[in-house]
Amino acid sequence: MSEKNSLVREVAEKKYEYGFTTDVQTDIIEKGLSEDVVHFISQKKGEPDWLLEFRLNAFRYWLTLEQPTWGHLKMPPIDYQDISYYADPTKSGNSGMSRNSGEIDPELMKTFDKLGIPLEERMALAGTAVDAVMDSVSVKTTFREKLREKGIIFCSISEAVREQPDLVREYLGSVVPYKDNFFAALNSAVFSDGSFVYIPKGVRCPMELSTYFRINARGTGQFERTLIVCDEDAYVSYLEGCTAPMRDENQLHAAIVEIVVKERAEVKYSTVQNWYPGDSEGKGGVLNLVTKRGHLRGANSRLSWTQVETGSAITWKYPSCVLSGDGSQAEFYSVAVTNNYQQADTGTKMIHIGKNTRSIIISKGISAGRSQNAYRGLVKVASTADGARNYSSCDSLLLGSKCGAHTFPYMDVHNETAVVEHEATTSKISEDQLFYCNQRGISTEEAVSLIVNGYAKEVINKLPMEFAVEAQKLLGVSLEGAVG
Amino acid sequence: MLEIRDLHACINGKEILKGINLTVRDGEVHAIMGLNGAGKSTLSNVIVGHPGYEVTEGSIIWDGKDLLSLKPEERAHEGIFLSFQQPVEIPGVSMVNFMRAALNAKRKYQGLEPMPAGDFLKLMREKRSIVELDSKLTSRSVNEGFSGGEKKRNEIFQMAMLEPKLTILDETDSGLDVDALRVVAEGFNKLRKPETSAIVITHYQRLLDYLKPDIVHVLIDGRIVKTGGPELATEIENKGFDWLKTPSPL
Repeated sequence: MSEKNSLVREVAEKKYEYGFTTDVQTDIIEKGLSEDVVHFISQKKGEPDWLLEFRLNAFRYWLTLEQPTWGHLKMPPIDYQDISYYADPTKSGNSGMSRNSGEIDPELMKTFDKLGIPLEERMALAGTAVDAVMDSVSVKTTFREKLREKGIIFCSISEAVREQPDLVREYLGSVVPYKDNFFAALNSAVFSDGSFVYIPKGVRCPMELSTYFRINARGTGQFERTLIVCDEDAYVSYLEGCTAPMRDENQLHAAIVEIVVKERAEVKYSTVQNWYPGDSEGKGGVLNLVTKRGHLRGANSRLSWTQVETGSAITWKYPSCVLSGDGSQAEFYSVAVTNNYQQADTGTKMIHIGKNTRSIIISKGISAGRSQNAYRGLVKVASTADGARNYSSCDSLLLGSKCGAHTFPYMDVHNETAVVEHEATTSKISEDQLFYCNQRGISTEEAVSLIVNGYAKEVINKLPMEFAVEAQKLLGVSLEGAVG
Repeated sequence: MLEIRDLHACINGKEILKGINLTVRDGEVHAIMGLNGAGKSTLSNVIVGHPGYEVTEGSIIWDGKDLLSLKPEERAHEGIFLSFQQPVEIPGVSMVNFMRAALNAKRKYQGLEPMPAGDFLKLMREKRSIVELDSKLTSRSVNEGFSGGEKKRNEIFQMAMLEPKLTILDETDSGLDVDALRVVAEGFNKLRKPETSAIVITHYQRLLDYLKPDIVHVLIDGRIVKTGGPELATEIENKGFDWLKTPSPL
């Protein structure tokens, strides 16, 4: 019996390769949420008064809100007093002081190595700078000096608060105000770490910037906050990756990402989200409740969101674009895979305000097992947005007959010259297709992987190369055991 | 060598094959003729392990191995290839990726490393020319938007790539015009080796004019009722099948 159990565990673990924990001394505050906790976090990070004020306002506002229930999700109740809001795995206990002096706990270095994210610059992926965040603290940011030569600021948001207070103060909360929604208010009150990026006027960032988020400590929530400001005529491509250990209980991840894009600037933001999805019976997994938004402030600015979502027990996420600048262009490319008991309610909002603004939405949902996968999107055209155009295409692919795919497209158009198009399809992998592959010597699992990757190709191709290869493998692994 | 003994098979509980005996030696081409519903396609599907058919009795031995105990992909790796009557479309999967997955799966089964990309593309070009398959088609998704004739040519192209020991052509002639039939049949003949064998399932003589079977069987109501040389096919072309039907036991 025990042999059988260990076999079962082996199979389960094979499916989620990142389920290990790192044994490091972690400084965790007691569970619970109160103004004291908000004070504690702010103090721990040595923050100025205005930021403490911002946090407290958010916290007080959050107390007046109820958790939203409109998602097509069966959300387990979250006890916000049963979560620890700060966990610091770095030895010094004070993130900013020693973290770039080379005194990183070798265990942490090993963890990120194991995740394929080497923190030593000589070993790094060519052309990629990384900010590595574990639990509430940024462990290391690579290539900072090299980027600084071009005037680019890439650091943890905690450091940015200390070193670039004016920039942070100007933009923090300017795209996602703390009053935006329940989880945005919570994040604004207790956010711990995340990345800050500033690309100065006319600078094309010479390397990919990326943040790798890792949850490690038990019973904690991760509240990351990322702020990207791309000044006039500048360009940056930013990548985000996420993993967490396998745990029987749910873990909360409530993040905010804000992006400001000025005149003629361009930002590409890519995510490969592989948080622990829970086991095959739906136990455990990360609750990924995220607010991401970009503001295309300048004329002819561009922003594209590309996401490959394979992990998390629950995904509630709508990376959105506010197209204020005339002639600005926004894109949203998404692949969301759900298997077993995973649930995803994800999509985007495109808010057209400026003239001749354009947006594209390409969403590919893949559902297997007993999972539920919903696309939810809003295309809004304000009366000012003469000549606005949107094209949306939402495809769903079903594997098996116990899963669900849902599409909730909303359109709100207030300008007669606007053109808004929406297309949707639902398809199923047929037995005949799988048998045809089998007869040519291709196993069913490999056939599913081939077909799914073919289906998601349009989105995967938008990812930077190394990420694309990784994402392809991930699609296959996430759907293991989904058919047959 | 393929040896089928007293094979019975059902689909949805209905018995279609009622005791098939058939031996195909290396290098032989066998033709199986018969009317619609006689069980010809069932026989080919059972040989390659289609999950929709249930074998209730009998055995199939392939080169000494119990074929019925192998998964469909293992049967493919063991050198059995079916040219489908109606090849399915697989949108989004390019012919190149599909063929590479198939070829490398077979190589893995044989304990070989995956074929280097350069060699693979060269092989694709080489084999494509044998069946005069347009390069535009191999860059498309599997069978997507192919005409009927192109799909059949694509089947023979895949056979060329995988070099099976036994090929089953399931009504490869259906839906082909005279020119397409010639290209497909000549392609098939070019690919034949002394040790490879084939089972050709057809209603008509015309494909057999090209493929020149060694042995011809007539399948009626789930049983092989007559076996003969190539002259049997000609006889059927002239006289039809009625004279071969066994009188009802009543």
